[in-house]
Amino acid sequence: MSVLVDIAFWSLAAVAVVSAVLVFVVDSMARATYALALSFVAVGFVVVMLHQSYLGIVTVLMMLMEMAVMAVYMVMYMGMNPALMPMSMVHSKRAALAVSVAAFVVLGAGAMLVEWPVRRGEPAADVTAALGEALMGPQMLVMVVVSPVMVATIVGGVVLAAHRTRYDRFGDDLDRRPPRDPARGGVGR
Amino acid sequence: MTLQLVLLVAAALFAVGLYGAISQQVVVMVMMGLEVMVNAVILAAAAMWWFLAPDPTGQVLLLVVLAAMTVEMATGFAVATLWHRARGSDMTDAATDLAG
Repeated sequence: MSVLVDIAFWSLAAVAVVSAVLVFVVDSMARATYALALSFVAVGFVVVMLHQSYLGIVTVLMMLMEMAVMAVYMVMYMGMNPALMPMSMVHSKRAALAVSVAAFVVLGAGAMLVEWPVRRGEPAADVTAALGEALMGPQMLVMVVVSPVMVATIVGGVVLAAHRTRYDRFGDDLDRRPPRDPARGGVGR
Repeated sequence: MTLQLVLLVAAALFAVGLYGAISQQVVVMVMMGLEVMVNAVILAAAAMWWFLAPDPTGQVLLLVVLAAMTVEMATGFAVATLWHRARGSDMTDAATDLAG
């Protein structure tokens, strides 16, 4: 059983890292997006293997949807297809490579050399239920904070991304009549 | 599967994401780099939770990381949309005047 777990872990780890590298190697933006989605799915399944099935599956589902949205953004904004016109879209490549290798060496050395403490406590029989009870009990503050942040993100995202809002039409005090529109509405225009 | 090995994989993912975030010129690709880095944080946090202190508080922290990632993506896309509308560009090099 332990060998099977190890094989599964190393397979998923390889998929996660290789597909993360592919994100910055492939020419096509769509392929880069799919590679990132694959990396997230692999990490999501490792999280499931770490006995957090709820959070692992949430990660997988959320990231698949997010990458689908991201692929649309890529097509919208790139303005050309790098798969047809391969070109380098990077700057400071050597410096970035040096910084990332240094980061890997420092973090990897920390992971391998630090004397990690022994495990304290035992997991609950049903960790998902325990998470729900924590969120609705002693960790309620997290829900109370995250919820308004999410709402603020929705409002902020719409305000930033909207082309014309009611303030463009009706003025800052919403009292301009008739509204300023590119084309006059109504009958008989 | 040990804590050290999972953290090593997370370190590799973080380094790959860091490379992307620093080197890419397209705004959405920079965001992809940030996503890979958060991916590594999720993996490391999940491993720490399971191998060191498997009580529900650690899972709540993981949920906060997921929420932070959602906020980052939504706001990032909104800013990219505004940026594209205002200047017709999706390159970070064209946005250096926004620094500071």
